[in-house]
Amino acid sequence: MYKATVIVKRRPAILDPQGKAAEQGAKLLGFNNVSKTRFGKYIEFQVNTDNEKGAEKEVKEYSEKLLTNPIMEDFEYRLEKI
Amino acid sequence: MTPKFGIVTFPGSNCDYDAFYSLKKVLNYDAQFLWHKEKSFNNIDAIILPGGFSYGDYLRTGAIARFSPIMEEVINFAEKGGIVLGICNGFQILLEAGLLPGVMIKNESLKFVCKDIYLKVVNKNTPFTNKIGKDPIKIPIKHGEGNYFADTQTVAELEKNNQIVFRYSSPSGKIDNAYNPNGSISNIAGIMNKKQNVLGLMPHPENACDPILRKTDGQYIFKSVAESLFN
Repeated sequence: MYKATVIVKRRPAILDPQGKAAEQGAKLLGFNNVSKTRFGKYIEFQVNTDNEKGAEKEVKEYSEKLLTNPIMEDFEYRLEKI
Repeated sequence: MTPKFGIVTFPGSNCDYDAFYSLKKVLNYDAQFLWHKEKSFNNIDAIILPGGFSYGDYLRTGAIARFSPIMEEVINFAEKGGIVLGICNGFQILLEAGLLPGVMIKNESLKFVCKDIYLKVVNKNTPFTNKIGKDPIKIPIKHGEGNYFADTQTVAELEKNNQIVFRYSSPSGKIDNAYNPNGSISNIAGIMNKKQNVLGLMPHPENACDPILRKTDGQYIFKSVAESLFN
């Protein structure tokens, strides 16, 4: 069995309204050195197989097909045997 | 002939009855609901993907609805030239399904916006706009994620092919960022595919049909569809 961790990041060209709003808040709170705030997603799940290649394939396809929209997001993943 | 509209109900759709009411009771067209689990439909002239929050919009707007059993048939219907109209969440589903290009992100203001807005009818020669007798038209929006985005090349392509159908404008039809309610690129409110049979728009024409509401510009869009089906 594997534990998969997927990190989804909004592509650089896409406006991130949440990041922008957080940065406005940062200025109000006096965090003057903060810039380029971007929000992403952290997703973890189990893959119930002992075949590493198969697990990797499933994580990739799941991420490409459902967890992310490739027009606006990129992802990276990590697999860990459990 | 009376056109027959099929309105898809996803779990979380909440404008399906508004669409049904406007089409059937106000405009006297034929309309029927199609449950998202159905795998086929017959004798339907045009499909409406209604507004709402399909599957709670928890992952991304429209992302799960796009895999509903009925969507395969909607995609087949569209590929054969059938008229498909995606309103608000329906537009977001069309984007996730790849029937229209681009994505929808959170409004620039991060606020849910609910108000009447003006729409400049950029392309009047489409099955969705041919009966529009004025410009701009006034129709309400109600969404939190209607900020349309596509890369520069895609937007240029949409412009070149006259696929941009509606843009947010002033009451006199002026396109300016001041009249952009959500941050959409190029003030885009509605686009269609190259074949001109699939339209997605964020504003809600079904909420501007009944004269009792003192706004009826939404009727133009459904009347255009009815006209194009039988002429």
